[in-house]
This record gives sequence, structure tokens and C-alpha cells, in this order.
Amino acid sequence: MVEFWWSYAWPTLWIVIQILFIVVPLLIVVAYLTYAERKVIGLMQLRMGPNVVGPFGLLQPFADALKLMTKELIIPTGANRVVFLLAPMLTFILAMVGWAVIPVAEGWVLSDINVGILYLFAISSLGVYGIIMAGWASNSKYPFLGALRSAAQMVSYEVSIGFVIITVLLAVGSLNLTDIVLAQKDVWFFIPLLPMFIVFVVSALAETNRAPFDLPEAEAELVTGYNVEYSAMAFALFFLGEYANMVLMSGMTVILFLGGWLPPLDIAIFNWVPGIIWFALKVSAILFVFLWVRATLPRYRYDQLMRLGWKVFLPASLLWVVVTAGAIVVFDWYPGVVN
Amino acid sequence: MSEVAIKNMTLNFGPQHPAAHGVLRLVLEMDGEVVERADPHIGLLHRGTEKLIEYKTYLQAVPYFDRLDYVSPMCQEHTYALAVEKLLGIDVPERGQYIRVLFSEITRILNHIMNLTTYALDVGAMTPLLWGFEERERMMEFYERVSGARLHAAYFRPGGVHQDLPAGLVEDIYSFCESYPKFIDDMESLLTENRIFKQRTVDIGIFSPEEAMDWGMSGPTLRASGVAWDLRKSQPYDVYDRMDFDVPVGKTGDCYARYLVRVEEMRQSLRIIKQCLDEIPEGPVMTQNHKLTPPRRGVMKHSMEALIHHFKLYTEGYHVPAGETYTAVEAPKGEFGVYLVADGSNRPYRCKIRAPGFAFMQAVEALTKGHMLADVPAVIGSLDIVFGEVDR
Repeated sequence: MVEFWWSYAWPTLWIVIQILFIVVPLLIVVAYLTYAERKVIGLMQLRMGPNVVGPFGLLQPFADALKLMTKELIIPTGANRVVFLLAPMLTFILAMVGWAVIPVAEGWVLSDINVGILYLFAISSLGVYGIIMAGWASNSKYPFLGALRSAAQMVSYEVSIGFVIITVLLAVGSLNLTDIVLAQKDVWFFIPLLPMFIVFVVSALAETNRAPFDLPEAEAELVTGYNVEYSAMAFALFFLGEYANMVLMSGMTVILFLGGWLPPLDIAIFNWVPGIIWFALKVSAILFVFLWVRATLPRYRYDQLMRLGWKVFLPASLLWVVVTAGAIVVFDWYPGVVN
Repeated sequence: MSEVAIKNMTLNFGPQHPAAHGVLRLVLEMDGEVVERADPHIGLLHRGTEKLIEYKTYLQAVPYFDRLDYVSPMCQEHTYALAVEKLLGIDVPERGQYIRVLFSEITRILNHIMNLTTYALDVGAMTPLLWGFEERERMMEFYERVSGARLHAAYFRPGGVHQDLPAGLVEDIYSFCESYPKFIDDMESLLTENRIFKQRTVDIGIFSPEEAMDWGMSGPTLRASGVAWDLRKSQPYDVYDRMDFDVPVGKTGDCYARYLVRVEEMRQSLRIIKQCLDEIPEGPVMTQNHKLTPPRRGVMKHSMEALIHHFKLYTEGYHVPAGETYTAVEAPKGEFGVYLVADGSNRPYRCKIRAPGFAFMQAVEALTKGHMLADVPAVIGSLDIVFGEVDR
């Protein structure tokens, strides 16, 4: 019995505790991201944003959650029930699962696997299934169009994201996310790899279906696209999944280009601040850009989006992979972290 | 392998659609994302305005015109008032004419804010809308101060305008004119040179000058195609002939040109407003023939005749000599015309309304054919369609 406890039960329990320690704060962050979005965009548009529920409207996310949870879930008659219900769950779970490998501070990571970046890439690529399934299972025209658009869009931009990741890998020599952060001790990668940083941030916008690439849910054309037929908690899961994905992509940006949890300068006063604070600050900065872009830019048209992805970003990132690889070979800058 | 017939997808765009601008129902036949056929279905907001007017006295018909194109109410009252005045053969005192021109131009800005910002919203930029409504509210307050209502003013009446400007309004409108260009600049900084906005609107929904005229376009939509036709210049009414303003004309006739023309029209409207405020004379605002216009309330207290006039006007109304007229004004959306037939009684025999939006509606298919689904809202937004006037 004692042996069973120490070799099976306790490790499982410990992992569950660790997962809760990641997922619960993450959900709170997501909830307050929706609040921040409304507040930030509100102020940009000369409005107040939420300000009634709680002080400064701070309880608004909980009010929204409560409302969505108590509403009736409507499944359209023509829908495929199983897939219809599976889709939001899939979107939500995938958005959560990615966080397993994200190091939020030195050593603060659930599983420090040595193919972390590949894992993240795989998980974010799977995200498209949730949307396709939703669009198909709804058996309705607007969601269907939205799902088709989003499938094409996410696949296209993943290609350039892939090349961006390769460039970073060339510079680091490791697929482990902790190694990637530590390799930026001297200089954050967004300085030497600036073009790739820009490509990555823009692709992240496209990957998370945010403005100006919010075609799958373009309300002026497709009403809200793939989630038209969803209500109540199923809709909330899509919503949470989308925002969790935003946080995840911002986290990826920070780890790949902005030095993860490292302080901006290696001086004592900055080093006293815990790494997670730096990480959170950087993620917030990227998220702010996400919101800012939404308040500023109009939406691309479908074909323009494809053109940008395939004819601009793909050649540009491909070229930069070659340039980076060439520079490493010519100047003998082989990264030192090769195990 | 047997041949398989591929059916186009039919998409019901509206009437409950965020980009349908009211109750437009557009049946789209799509080949993937490309529009093969766009079939507008109208009539969901039909209220029988024209028939209702036949059962109202000439004065009671005024408020119906507010409710046609509810984004630019006063310009439509203006048409009706001009038509009735033409049949009655009366002139409006100068001050009344200046106030009408002043508020016609305020209405034009009201309309263009609404159109340009919702148009931006249709292509995905939401911030201009909320900035614009801040300014729009200020102008609604001018409406309210002058007529008592923010929207359905019933302020321009046959014979002049209902009341004189309240004290301080001229100064406030002037200070509005000083601050308003800043909003136009802000909005332009978000849209005019924005690459995405240009990609979404340049070369979308093109009309050559000939096509534009063939399809019955008017107003900014016609001028964007390069036809310099403006009723305020070609057949000026009220005191427009004294105003110094330019008529902006587009070159390309696409959605972007329609946007640019409207932006410039707002600036020109400000010029006209300023001139009106500078030149406005003192005097009565309504014809002083009290068989046609109500006497002042103070006079009614001691003049029996005035009291009788008042009673007759608000019960029976006045009789308009038999005749007919087609009167049109340059409403913000285009040529808004009223064909009014009088039979000598106190009610119009027939009142046919020519709404610019109705003509725009028929062009939707010609403009969107072969474009993508995302261009449909852009085209509809650029045409400036409001269903109150299309369905009447």
C-alpha cells in the first residue's frame, strides 16, 4: 500500500496539483484579458468600457461567465450532436494543453521536454480542428464558410510560423524552451532576428484569428462565422479557447524573441524582480499590441490574406532561414548549447 | 464516372445581418467566396408612407419625411416644404432660407458621419464609428435645441422653419465648426491612407460615368464616378446660390472614391455652415401670411383673427391650388425628389417620393457581381443605403 502510494498515487496527484496551478491562474488571466480588451478598446474609442459590475467593472468577467453558464445550450436540429459538442471542448483543451511546456520562470515548467517547441507547434496546429468541426457540425452556411476560411488561413500562416521557429532553432541549437530562453541571456532574439519577429507577431495574429485577420468570424460578412450556432457554455469554451490561444501565442513570442523570464538588463535591481513578473509583463505587452491592432485596423479580405501569407511571408521567412543559416556557417557562430 | 452537377451555394444575407444596414435581404448565389448573383429583396420596412400622406393635411405630412431616411431627416422635409411652397406660390423670408441651408448642411454631415463610419465598420475598422458618434451627438443636440427632437425634427415646414434659432445656438454651431475638422483628420488618419482599407475599397464596385447615370445614381455615388452633378449648383434652391462651395468629384468610381467624396463633402458643408452663420440676416423665419403659417402665440392672446387662423390651420389646414410639381433637393444620399399632385383640397392628391437609395439598391448586383463575399458589405456600405427610404 505504501509503495502504491509513493510510486503511483502521489505522482499522479502531484501532477494534477501542478496542472491546477497552471490552469487556474491561466483561466483568471483569460477572464481578465476579456476585461482588459473591453477596457483598452473602450478607452481608445472614447468610451468607458465595463464599469458597473464591481469597482471599475472588475467583476465583469465573472458576471459574464455566470451568465454564459446558466444559459440554455441550443443544439440545432440539423447538427451532428457529437461533433457539435466536441468542437468547443477540443478548442478549449488544446488551448490549455499547450501551457504544459511553457516555462514561465527558471524551472517553472510542468514538463521540461527537449522537443518543447515542436510540441507547441503541433498543439497550435491542431487548433484548427476545433473550428473545422464546429463549422461542419453546425450544418449551417455561415459557420461552414467561416470554418473553411479559418482552415485555409491557419494552415497558411503555420507555414511561415514554422520557418520562424526554424530560424530561432538555428540560433539556439536546441528544441527545449528553457534552453531557448537561456540562449537569449546576452541579447534577445528580436534584435538579430527582427524581420522574423515581425513575421511571427503578424502570423500569431492570423493564427489566433484576431483582427485584422479575423475572417473566420468577420461579423460584417459571416455574422460571427464558425460559432454562429453556439450558445451558452459551448460558446464560452470557444471564447475562452480563443483568448487562451492569444495568451499562448504571446507566451511563445516572449519565449522565442523577448527573452522569456529574463530581465531586460542583467543588473541587480532587475534581477531581484522574480522571473515570472518579467514574463507576465512581456506577455501583457504583446497582448496589448493584439488589442491595439484590433481597435485600429480594418479587416483583410480572404484572398488578400492568402496573398500576404503565401506570397509575402513565406518567401520572406524562407529567405531569412537561408540568411541565418548562411551567417552561422560563414562566421562560425554555432550555438554552444548542443548537447 | 458520371458527371456531377455542382450547385452554387445560396446564402441569405440578411434581413438579420449586422452588415445589411437595416432590413436588406440579399439572396446571394455564391461560387465559393465569389458572388455570382445578388438579388436584393426589399419591402420589409414598408409602411405605406405615400398612401398615408394622402390622408393627412399638408402640414401633417411633414413628419413622415423625417421617417424616410432617418439618418438625414431635415433634408427630406426640405424637399417637401419646397414642393408645397412651389404649389402655393409663396416665398420664404431670407432668415428662414438661411436656417434651412444651415440645417441641411448639418444634416449632410450627420449623414456622412453615419455612412462613413458604418462603412468602415463593415470593412472591419470599428473605432471611427465610436469617434463619429461623439460628434454626431453634438449635432443631434443642435437639432434638439432648434426643434425639440434629436431625430424626427419636423422643423422645416411649408413657408419656412417652425421656430427661430434659440439664443446662443449660432455661437455654439460656430465653435462646433472650429473643432469638427479635427475629427475628420482623426478619422482620415485611420482610414484614408490605411493599406488594408485601401485594399478593401480600391477597385471594388466600379461604375463608369455612363454606367452610373444609366443605373440612376445620384449624389456622392454619382460624383465619385466623375460626374459633376449637384442640384445645389445646377438648380439652386433657397440661398444655395449665394454660397461659395466646391463640389468634390471622384475619378475612379470605386468604393474608395465614394469614401473620399463624402469626406470632402463634409469639409465643404462646414464651409457652407460658416457662411450661413456669418451672413444670416435678422427677420421672420416663416412667411407672414397667416392663412398658411401659424400666428405668433403672443398675438393669439389678443387678436381674434389670429386665434381663428390658428384653429383653422391646425384642424382643417390650408387648401393648395390644383397643380403638380416635381421638386428635388440634393439630399446627403443623392437626389431626393417629391412629386406632389394637389387637387385644390387640404390634402395632397398624390405624393410620390423618389428616394436615392431605391436606385442604389438596384445597382447592388451590377456592383458586386464577380466580387468576393467580403466586398458585398463594402459595396453596400459605400452606396449609403438606408431602408427607411428604400421601402418607404
